[in-house]
Amino acid sequence: MDKPKIAFYWCASCGGCEEATVDLAEKILDVVNLVDIVFWPVAMDYKVEDVEKLPDGSITASFINGGVRLSEHEEMVKLLRRKSKLVIAYGACSSWGGIPGLANLYSREEILRYVYHEAPTVENPQKIQPQLRIKAEEGITLELPEFLPRLLPLDLVVDVDYYVPGCPPTPEVTWKAIETLLSGNLPAKGSVLGALDKSLCYDCPLNETKPEKVLIKEIKRPHEVIADPTKCLLIQGLVCLGPVTRGGCGALCIKAAMPCTGCFGPLDEVIDYGGKAISYFASIVDYSDEQEIEKTLGKILDPMGIFYRYSLPASRLRGKITIAER
Amino acid sequence: MSKDFEPRIVVFACNWCSYAALDLAGTSRMKYPPNFLVIRVMCSGRVDPQFILEAFRRGADGVLVAGCHPGDCHYIEGNIKALRRMTLLKRVLEEFGIEKERFRLEWISASEAEKFVRVANEMLEKIKPLGPLKVEEVHMHG
Repeated sequence: MDKPKIAFYWCASCGGCEEATVDLAEKILDVVNLVDIVFWPVAMDYKVEDVEKLPDGSITASFINGGVRLSEHEEMVKLLRRKSKLVIAYGACSSWGGIPGLANLYSREEILRYVYHEAPTVENPQKIQPQLRIKAEEGITLELPEFLPRLLPLDLVVDVDYYVPGCPPTPEVTWKAIETLLSGNLPAKGSVLGALDKSLCYDCPLNETKPEKVLIKEIKRPHEVIADPTKCLLIQGLVCLGPVTRGGCGALCIKAAMPCTGCFGPLDEVIDYGGKAISYFASIVDYSDEQEIEKTLGKILDPMGIFYRYSLPASRLRGKITIAER
Repeated sequence: MSKDFEPRIVVFACNWCSYAALDLAGTSRMKYPPNFLVIRVMCSGRVDPQFILEAFRRGADGVLVAGCHPGDCHYIEGNIKALRRMTLLKRVLEEFGIEKERFRLEWISASEAEKFVRVANEMLEKIKPLGPLKVEEVHMHG
């Protein structure tokens, strides 16, 4: 019998998700025993035309990481959607936009202007900027993919069957997700694979030290304090997003005394991760006076970067709303 | 902006104070603009920032959250929780490109029908020149 076919692809991502797949270590050999990998640009030499030649729906599952930012990403994920029975948004960027998604606070023109002309480290006297099409000297036309007006999470471009969360997903989460897929006992469409359906606090070794009612007088930034690794980080004043973030990561950051930044994303039924995080975090600031509240919360210098770090393109408003839409 | 622009403004009014004030405005036959869509909630502390973001996404040009005055909350400190949340939310809304005139948190007691009418008129006056808020759904399906 033919082994199930699996494809991996990357869009606007850092490569960490690919790294995470390799971090399965010797388990990757089990994966290879169980499935045929038919496409994986970062590790194998299959070409796009090899995918095009496959019959529609013949790939069992495509794992796609990164958000959709280039026309090339759009074409590739649409091709993989057509060729696959299941499409899995792998990692935070693919699921909700991730760090590159914070670029949705700026227009495409602002980004290109800054990156090619205004950034302090850029020297570009000829004002060269990428073009969609140029005529090279030899009479050939060269083409580049289009930089789209916005970054979109995968499910705004193609139908997505499952999500695997994390920045990047841990090897444990990846392995659990693969096991679930191969078990044949598939969960409901749209489910998150490999993680918990409870918040990180349930999974956190410091949960016992978290009081029933968390209240803080002062917010501290991670570099300002040497956190006590045996005490709930929230009560030490650190912005830990554990209470509103899906568990399943094994509390890796907490074990290193760093607060949760929310890379496992929202729990079921949360429609806007940042809104939920703001709701929780603001409510534990232990002042009633307007000025005191403002002053204390003022310690959060970049609320967008803290609360929407991984999810701006999937938020209710998708990004800065004055940007011209496509 | 066209003079015909009639903003749609969503009001989240707490059951115990502000919703009663709106009722009072009605029964006292006070006039206020018809641009306000009122949603009764049990407490301003029940207003999750997600509700406000969803309202803007679904076409609200402004949002007003109205609750009991500090100290008067039926649930002791729900309104203080709202104050904390909205203080932080306001900063994020501005980063989203939503002008600060479009969002307001006000304490309106059950007897302050006049205050509601004043706040409503002020909001409308400030939002009209801004024009409609356009949050378009972006996707590439199909």
